[in-house]
Amino acid sequence: MNWEEKISKKVRQTPPSGIRKFFDIVNEMDDAISLGVGEPDFITPWNIREASIHSIEQGMTHYTSNWGMLELREAISEYLLERFDISYNPKDEIVVTVGASEGIDLALRAIIEPGDEVLIPDPSYVSYKPCVTMAGGVAVPVICTVEDGFKLTPERLKEKITEKTKALVLPYPNNPTGGIMTREDLEAIAKVLENTDIIVITDEIYAELTYNGKHTSFASIPGMQDRTIVLNGFSKAFAMTGWRLGYAAGNSHFIRAMVKIHQYTMLCAPIMSQVAGLEALRSGLETDFEDVQSMVKEYNHRRRVMLKGIRDMGLDCFEPLGAFYVFPSIQSTGMTSEEFCEQLLMEEKVAVVPGNAFGESGEGFIRCSYAYSIDNINRALERMGNFVAKYV
Amino acid sequence: MGNKVNDILEILSHNSKVTAEEIAVMLDMDEQEVEDIILKLEENNTIVKYNTLINWDKTDREYVAALIEVKVVPQRDRGFDDIAERIYKFPEVKSVYLMSGAYDLCIMVEGKTMKDVAVFVAQRLSVLDEVMSTATHFILKPYKVGGVILEDDEKDGRQVISL
Repeated sequence: MNWEEKISKKVRQTPPSGIRKFFDIVNEMDDAISLGVGEPDFITPWNIREASIHSIEQGMTHYTSNWGMLELREAISEYLLERFDISYNPKDEIVVTVGASEGIDLALRAIIEPGDEVLIPDPSYVSYKPCVTMAGGVAVPVICTVEDGFKLTPERLKEKITEKTKALVLPYPNNPTGGIMTREDLEAIAKVLENTDIIVITDEIYAELTYNGKHTSFASIPGMQDRTIVLNGFSKAFAMTGWRLGYAAGNSHFIRAMVKIHQYTMLCAPIMSQVAGLEALRSGLETDFEDVQSMVKEYNHRRRVMLKGIRDMGLDCFEPLGAFYVFPSIQSTGMTSEEFCEQLLMEEKVAVVPGNAFGESGEGFIRCSYAYSIDNINRALERMGNFVAKYV
Repeated sequence: MGNKVNDILEILSHNSKVTAEEIAVMLDMDEQEVEDIILKLEENNTIVKYNTLINWDKTDREYVAALIEVKVVPQRDRGFDDIAERIYKFPEVKSVYLMSGAYDLCIMVEGKTMKDVAVFVAQRLSVLDEVMSTATHFILKPYKVGGVILEDDEKDGRQVISL
């Protein structure tokens, strides 16, 4: 069988994730230190794990409603209202997904007609572009610069809007840059969108990991809720990446369309994960999210240690105020992002991710995650410092 | 100010080897300010001592530990404090707590051998006038001490790079 020809063109033309090469090298090293991961180092709090184990013991091993368990949707509704001041009816305005990742795919597939353009801030998380392409749309990057704190600016947005623009992806706090959008920033974006019918897909998976004040959801900007689909999940806020549990909230027409795809492809999110998510929200709502707050506090300590360490070695780095990444410029070394990462790995055995994996405007930058213990961060910074000293 | 003090204490409670310089970076504070606060906390005995948590089971040091429930007769005016003091001054007594419920004082005792502990209970503790009765429970294995799981097998299971 000639598989090269059998695989669909769309899939063939989708490039594999840009970090595969590093991954293979790192896997063969035993003493590499990694700043490469995009997931919390905290293990899911025990009460959440315990609730899920208990549910399995009780025989909760069946399908749930396609929409997700109603109690969970009710808890999500309460959570969104309490934390982000946005109100959704748990009956038909929320769907539980297999991670926010599935939410991205469903949202895009639910709306894209062939040729529709979807605006994506660049650099951003790696999934948006391939998901748009595979849904038959055209991904249009909107450049975000370090000078603007990697925010999406209204000017740059306006430049890219055409008659074909169907949607805007708004991924803040941002992976990989750690950039955030404040209420004022979002209001400026809302102004640009006001007289259009562009849909906003806002990926707020890092919402809880905001270090200078509270996260603002785009749906809470007056007049914006109806056009906005909010994607969120449990991975980052509750250290639940492996549970693959997320949700989407929005206008019931939109959610119904998403559920239609979800029911034929995924059926429902795993029940044991849904039970865990319910416990995460219930205990969180009872304790004012004490566990989340203490994780955020710890990340903030690490963020400052990392930022200072990177700046002390002579690299330019803007101060990230969200997620758990710093995104320093390595242009002063004269290397490309990939060269830098490869050399750093070979010479000092530190794994970081090249910025261009997240879009063209990530070139000249590297992503360093601080979802590690302070000891690990300090060891990695020391090695990186030796490396940078050789080239700057 | 109160928040900063608590933040510093929280960091030190997890790792007392963290320097003032490192704390200053973590909390976005001035190093001198951190040093001054720590000094003040040491002086007013909020920070009592910098201890190391050791899992002695991993060493060849011989020791036994016991938890002793003690019923005592409280004294007029002084309540339990005097008798607690009489007990906690023995060097083999590692901790003493006043309890609600079926007994009054909970005492943690350490010795080299079971005999040491037995001698302590028989000859020093139960002979005190105020002590009415004791019940000694030997500790077989410590699992979690001071919020720390001693044999923590939850390793970092993450892939080295992920997006």
